Amino acid sequence: MDLYEYQGKELFAKYGIPVSEGRLATTPDEARAAAEALGGTVVVKAQVLTGGRGKAGGIKLAESPAEAEKRAEEILGLEIRGHVVRKVWIERASDIEREYYLSIAFDRSAKQPLFMFTTQGGVDIEEVAASHPEALVRLHVDPLVGFQPWHGRRLVYGAGISDPSEQKQVAAIAAKLYAAFTGCEAMLTEINPLIVTPEGEVRALDSKFTVDDNALFRHPELAEMRDVDATDPLEALAREKGVTYVKLDGDVGVLGNGAGLTMATVDVVSFVGGRAADFCDLGGGGDAEGVVDALEVITRDAQVRSIFFNIFGGITRCDEVARGILQALEQMGIDHPIVVRLDGTNADEGRRLLREADAPNLHAEATMVDGARRAVELAQAT
Amino acid sequence: MAILVDNDTRLVVQGLTGSEGRFHALRNRGYGTKVVAGVTPGKGGQDVEGVPVFDTVADSVRETGANTAMVFVPAPFAADAMYEAIDAGVDTVICITEGVPAHEMLRIHAYIAARDVRLIGPNCPGALSPGKANVGIIPAEIFSEGVIGLVSRSGTLTYQIGHELTQLGLGNSTIVGIGGDPVVGSSFVDVLELFEADAQTEQVVMVGEIGGDEEEKAAAFIESEMSKPVVAYIAGFTAPPGKTMGHAGAIISGSAGTAQAKKQALEARGIRVGMTPTETAELVAQLTAPRV
Repeated sequence: MDLYEYQGKELFAKYGIPVSEGRLATTPDEARAAAEALGGTVVVKAQVLTGGRGKAGGIKLAESPAEAEKRAEEILGLEIRGHVVRKVWIERASDIEREYYLSIAFDRSAKQPLFMFTTQGGVDIEEVAASHPEALVRLHVDPLVGFQPWHGRRLVYGAGISDPSEQKQVAAIAAKLYAAFTGCEAMLTEINPLIVTPEGEVRALDSKFTVDDNALFRHPELAEMRDVDATDPLEALAREKGVTYVKLDGDVGVLGNGAGLTMATVDVVSFVGGRAADFCDLGGGGDAEGVVDALEVITRDAQVRSIFFNIFGGITRCDEVARGILQALEQMGIDHPIVVRLDGTNADEGRRLLREADAPNLHAEATMVDGARRAVELAQAT
Repeated sequence: MAILVDNDTRLVVQGLTGSEGRFHALRNRGYGTKVVAGVTPGKGGQDVEGVPVFDTVADSVRETGANTAMVFVPAPFAADAMYEAIDAGVDTVICITEGVPAHEMLRIHAYIAARDVRLIGPNCPGALSPGKANVGIIPAEIFSEGVIGLVSRSGTLTYQIGHELTQLGLGNSTIVGIGGDPVVGSSFVDVLELFEADAQTEQVVMVGEIGGDEEEKAAAFIESEMSKPVVAYIAGFTAPPGKTMGHAGAIISGSAGTAQAKKQALEARGIRVGMTPTETAELVAQLTAPRV
């Protein structure tokens, strides 16, 4: 789960990482009040779960409360890479002497947390890594030992920081960032830029924070940070119903059982010339109720023209899935063409049930590729 | 031969008294696996259809000689269960549980590196050696005994490919689901190494998916260390970046972990990659054909 900048900064502050003072606003009025309370020049920053805010006009300076209100009015409602801005973060403007970059990533390849630090901050880190690899300090931490003071020394000396006060501040921030990374069970914590002010103070000017969904059960305070309004409405409905669903941009609604098979199904739909409208995994169970829930989510998507069920029965029994499909047809009155491919456990029984139901919009296919082809044809024909 | 599970497997099931654990453990026993014990704290002394239940894994190992542990406990308790099994001295731990926090797996991965134990999973369907033993939730009736090793990050996709192999008259030495999480106990390379050393296995199918770089590492390993042919399949060519596709580990991060990159890494080393499960099974059959 990705967090907003302001949520990440709240966590930074909680772990003792210096951040600028700021307030959250959802209306221009609130933005004005926030600017009044903070005093002086402020920055109005769009809160969206995507990059490229600056270029899209989502970050603006305001020298007075009246200007903050005006800027907030411009930014609220703005669409940045498909994300509508519903909140702005107002914070005291900072004088910037230098910009650094500091992050800890969950390095699944090395199976260790990975520090990355460079004095060439404020830019895309992948660019720095490609063009100036020598300027980027990369340092792994043994998860059983955790952060040690030498990690901090390696980072600051490695990046060529010579001012003693700055060295001390950066090393301390690194230690605190590691505490935040492990304490929140993050997949990524990033400070870009980490600024140095003309007075020599080091501070986090931005935050990028991703936490592990699988760990949220023991971090209720983080779980509460999920912004339901910002989620795709279909994905939110799916979450509510306990359906694993990812919205895609095509017109063939895809349902499979198991993540790998469902991904493979989405691929095959594309290989035969179509586009999947979603990735929807019925999971291992695939009982009738689960099928009804999944169909409810999928048919809510107005782009869906046909539906493709690709089921391989293992523990999941194909007759159970067939019953679910028939039950959903009866309950929901779905008129989309539905292509069903059943194989594996109890497939014959499942196929028989569907055949005997004799529903005009049900189409049985024997293989995954044939099923995909048929579903694509039917989507294009409607 | 076969790998990981066979006639010598003596299985203790952690979470045997739960509904899922009980269902699958009894299925495994029905297949012929020696299910010698279960563990549920506080239920020591009871039994589940004749399988004795112990309070601790250590007790079960001492009393029954269990050498393999299957973890079937809910996610919040799974890490603890894995540590307990490792400490009790079993050779192999197979964790089926989905939803183990990724940071737990970082620590467990580092912990087992220094110990003589093999961990499969978590978030995996287990391991099946047809005709010998089944540990986990793989539907054994789909597979037949043979010479093809199968290793995969996914469950049902593996069944699909196994089913297609069976249709073509090809059987398996062992089917191993290594799990769909970002960090799992055994990688593709770890399992490929076992298949390379296994006398029964003549050929291997590797079923990967988006996320991470374990397929790329496997490509390098296959080229430099393996004599047996390997055919691969990768799921997720059309997956959007930044979205978790069902498995916690199936996510393209920035530009890293795409199916295209994995396919290129494999093909650059002469490893054939099927574009559908059917084509993958056909590639296996082609490699087998000259020998028939």
